[in-house]
Amino acid sequence: MSDLWDNALPGFWSIWVIALTLITLVLVVWVVAANAGRDAKSDDEAPAGSTTGHEVDGIEEFDNPMPRWWFYLFVATVVFTLGYLALYPGLGNFKGLLGWSQQAQWEEEMAAAEARFGPVLDRYNDVPIPELARDDQAMQIAGRLFANNCAVCHGVGAQGGDGFPNLTDDDWLYGGEPEALLTTLTQGRRGVMPAWAHLGEEAIEELTQHVLALSNREHDAARAQSGAQRYASFCVACHGADGTGNLALGAPNLTNDIWLYRAPNQSVADAIRQSLTEGRSGVMPAQAPFIGEARVHLVAAYVYSLRFKNADGD
Amino acid sequence: MKHELVEKNAGLLGALILVAISFGGLAEIVPLFFQKDVTEPVEGLTPLTALELEGRDIYRREGCVGCHSQMIRPFRAETERYGHYSVAGEGLYEHNFLWGSKRTGPDLARVGGRYSDAWHRAHLYNPRDVVPESIMPAYPWLFERELDGAATPAKMRALKRLGVPYADEQIDGAREAVEGTPEITALVAYLQQLGTVLEGTR
Repeated sequence: MSDLWDNALPGFWSIWVIALTLITLVLVVWVVAANAGRDAKSDDEAPAGSTTGHEVDGIEEFDNPMPRWWFYLFVATVVFTLGYLALYPGLGNFKGLLGWSQQAQWEEEMAAAEARFGPVLDRYNDVPIPELARDDQAMQIAGRLFANNCAVCHGVGAQGGDGFPNLTDDDWLYGGEPEALLTTLTQGRRGVMPAWAHLGEEAIEELTQHVLALSNREHDAARAQSGAQRYASFCVACHGADGTGNLALGAPNLTNDIWLYRAPNQSVADAIRQSLTEGRSGVMPAQAPFIGEARVHLVAAYVYSLRFKNADGD
Repeated sequence: MKHELVEKNAGLLGALILVAISFGGLAEIVPLFFQKDVTEPVEGLTPLTALELEGRDIYRREGCVGCHSQMIRPFRAETERYGHYSVAGEGLYEHNFLWGSKRTGPDLARVGGRYSDAWHRAHLYNPRDVVPESIMPAYPWLFERELDGAATPAKMRALKRLGVPYADEQIDGAREAVEGTPEITALVAYLQQLGTVLEGTR
């Protein structure tokens, strides 16, 4: 990315910076030297002619120089400045003898990290996901990655929330197998449930009753019956004839007890009504552009490993 | 030169003070006006749309800049967490800049595209709904208030005078583009474009 950095100054401005810096330095040296003065022998006895000429009631003001330690501090800052300007970039376009730059330092840091962590990631990258998910050390690393990148939406425990899928159950919108997880993480997902408000309120109610019937909930049988016909014409393409959904489209299974979109304290019937009326749109942002393929592989294994946690009961 | 000369001569003292305090700025700030790094936009940089611009003003109004910086420094730790460091050419159309100087919350310079719109809406309505340990305030009124867009064209004209290349059609259509839009939509649109211009930065 070095092309992002073109911080060379046009010639005139380089000379301008150099001139101003050196003039300032010369002025500082002059001020310090002019105030060096001579040492007084003691606080009480001034060398001849070394009073300021102020006199009040016979009390005279000595023109003592500043204390030595203070004077040498100023000298030290000047020496430091000269050294700094020789070693580091400061004088216009002069890069300094060390050739240091902010950008180069960042690149070194990045390269050093890559050299240290790259081989570890590469090694994990070659391990198949189901096997990697059993590797405690790998899962520790992956857990950190999950906490940093995924927990914001899916929660620290990966149990999701209203509109954000729970990753710890065995219900998957797009599939929970390694390949599906990798695709989800690498490319992201866009799930769209269209709004059906234009069908009218009665139709929405009938469809709601039918969906409630699909998961064996309490429902109005007559309305669910007419809802079934509407379901067959509008919903079946994505959710399937039996309502079990479609992994290829990310269409959720409507026959179980899992409702992706359901606000806290909202009844299932109301949640279904809202989904039908307003539609839903779920976006899983692609993660590969942010964390890279190797880390995606680790995170996929972590998500895969969540099913063991459930089964093992820890 | 004696102290006396300077101390008893207010004009000379003033002149010397001016020299002392202006040299730093003359050497460090003025040359930047002529440095390519700072004066040229990165490739693909376009002015904010009317909606994003209104979102930016909401960001300013609500004081987001007080807790969120928009400036990723060139350290690896920051790159790991936020993405590639910020460069000057990305912020060329920023008046005023919103770099911020304090991170009570995370840096937002490259937050665009990281989370879904739905997440941003849920989070701004009540941060605790999605991040239980969050200390960020909730902004529920953004969901009730609507933009009227009356001042949007004037804002864009002002920015144009400062060098932001808005097209006349964009300014003419600005009011129409935002009128009646909930404030939350504008703010999310602004957040979702942050840091997305620079190629290969993540």
